[in-house]
Amino acid sequence: MAYEVNGSTVEHDEEGYITNLADWTKELADVIAETEEIDMNEEHWAVVNFLREYYDEYQIAPAVRVLIKAIKKEMGPEKGNNKYMYELFPYGPAKQACKIAGLPKPTGCV
Amino acid sequence: MADGADDLRKMDHPLDIPCLKHGAMEGLAPFIAAPEHQDKVGFPGELLPDWKEKALEKMAELAEKNRAFQVYLEICVKCGACTDKCHYFLGTSDPKNMPVARQDLLRSVYRRYFTFAGKYFPWLVGARDLTKEVLDEWYSYYHQCSECRRCSVFCPYGIDTAEVTMAAREILDSVGVGQKYSNEIIGKVKDVGNNLGLNPKALRATLEDLEEELEEDTGVSVRIPLDEKGADILLVTPSADFFAEPHIDGLLGYAKVFHEAGVSWTVSSYASEAANFGLFIGSYENMREISQRIRKAAQDLGVKRIIFGECGHAWRVAYSYLNTLAGPWDFLDQNYPIPQHIMEFTWGEIQKGTLKFDKSQNDHIRLTYHDSCNVARASRMGDTPGGQFEIPRNVIKTVCNNYFDMADETIRESTLCCGGGGGLLTDDLMDLRTKGSIPRMTALQDVTEEHGVTHMAAICAICKTQFSKVMPKFGYDMDSVVSVHQLVSNAIILTGSEDDEDAGNGPEEDTSDE
Repeated sequence: MAYEVNGSTVEHDEEGYITNLADWTKELADVIAETEEIDMNEEHWAVVNFLREYYDEYQIAPAVRVLIKAIKKEMGPEKGNNKYMYELFPYGPAKQACKIAGLPKPTGCV
Repeated sequence: MADGADDLRKMDHPLDIPCLKHGAMEGLAPFIAAPEHQDKVGFPGELLPDWKEKALEKMAELAEKNRAFQVYLEICVKCGACTDKCHYFLGTSDPKNMPVARQDLLRSVYRRYFTFAGKYFPWLVGARDLTKEVLDEWYSYYHQCSECRRCSVFCPYGIDTAEVTMAAREILDSVGVGQKYSNEIIGKVKDVGNNLGLNPKALRATLEDLEEELEEDTGVSVRIPLDEKGADILLVTPSADFFAEPHIDGLLGYAKVFHEAGVSWTVSSYASEAANFGLFIGSYENMREISQRIRKAAQDLGVKRIIFGECGHAWRVAYSYLNTLAGPWDFLDQNYPIPQHIMEFTWGEIQKGTLKFDKSQNDHIRLTYHDSCNVARASRMGDTPGGQFEIPRNVIKTVCNNYFDMADETIRESTLCCGGGGGLLTDDLMDLRTKGSIPRMTALQDVTEEHGVTHMAAICAICKTQFSKVMPKFGYDMDSVVSVHQLVSNAIILTGSEDDEDAGNGPEEDTSDE
């Protein structure tokens, strides 16, 4: 199981999360997004970038609420809300956005 | 991955019996645990070469150690009372999801190797050889049972069908075939302290963020303390309460209740998980190891009481087994229940009159309540029988004006599973989860039609996540499922807040009569 990016392959697990986080590149994010049927725009990238920054600091993805707060600060209340996040990432900002951002899948009762 | 939305069975009544579809769910199997996941939970990394011998040895060992399990294997008379009681059977129409049929996948093998008739006349008693096909079938169908035990309520012999599922999963684990979702999560609890893998630094940042939010919203400084030595109460809550929606709103509700009650409390980063997936895989050792973390945290922090947050199976483990798994609790204050449920705490404070509410804050909601299976059928609350049904409803009715129960045969001890319990809350089982939720969703739609119900409350992290995922397939918003303490949080008047000044200081009348 692997993504193809510019002629090289990047391993992923059964659910499409990359197995080696260091393999992530922006080009890879576009490829993952494509398999998720998401056309990456500025807002998608804002979410992905925030997730990656947060992960760098805390080694885990943020709570959805923390993410929304950050997006709200950056883009205003009409985009910083749960509904809009699900419009961006229909399978959930936590799981789907994490997958595109190259982060591990949040596990547990979530 | 099928999302299950296109071929959902339409039911006129939540318990309508389907026309059978043989093999409808055949071959469905959640992802298998990788060797590193298996290693963490103490099981072989992959299918053992001598798996057949080992599986039979394990079955013999379980029957020997757990006499109840042996009895459940031997006394079923195939009366059929359980056949139509399973939400997965009702939702999938697959006859192997009739509880009796699902259990017989294991019983038929037990009969073959451990009973006189099965050893010598297997064809007479429906005894089967253990083959790889049978093992695969076990893996498939024992992951189509959420261990909710609704069928057991209707069994005239009192057979606890969940025990059979748990034993089957333990046998599978012991020969190297584990389920990725549950086993990976148990590994994370052992490594980090919770199902999410939320490390102490991230947990602290999250809680500080929530404290900020609480102060912005209410103008009152409400704390969510972490690792505070000398606190009176240790709150053990599912890590979803630190992460997911609507769970977080429940956590804010607990914090407000503790604040108004004037008690000192803390969360522990070491035991930052109420959930105990050791139960789901039938592994006493794993269940014990996870529970021991709570004991250690309680001792290290020097608390006097332990309170569990809104988590269904955690409350089963806590209420029914905590003393065996991690007791004795002689170092805690014996004047309080050990452990106590947050619902008992809040209801106790309501009765004492320490909490003030503005119920109209929930007037935008017309509510029903989903009894979570493990709370309903495997535990209790308070000091009277049925407290686990009444106390949550009492709390709800104290904070919410518009409350309506769903049909009697779908609530309380007959409650329907959400469709995602018992280790099945994983994306690779979404089709099963959706189908399994049809009976509950049908009961919900009935009260929506009859009473205009808009929201459903639950006190289980799994139920909340499951419903937020499946409700949109049935015409509801994902935020139509709410935490009970979210409703408490909406209505509670914090001392010193603007609402408090507007409302004056007299405690509101308790309108609950149950």
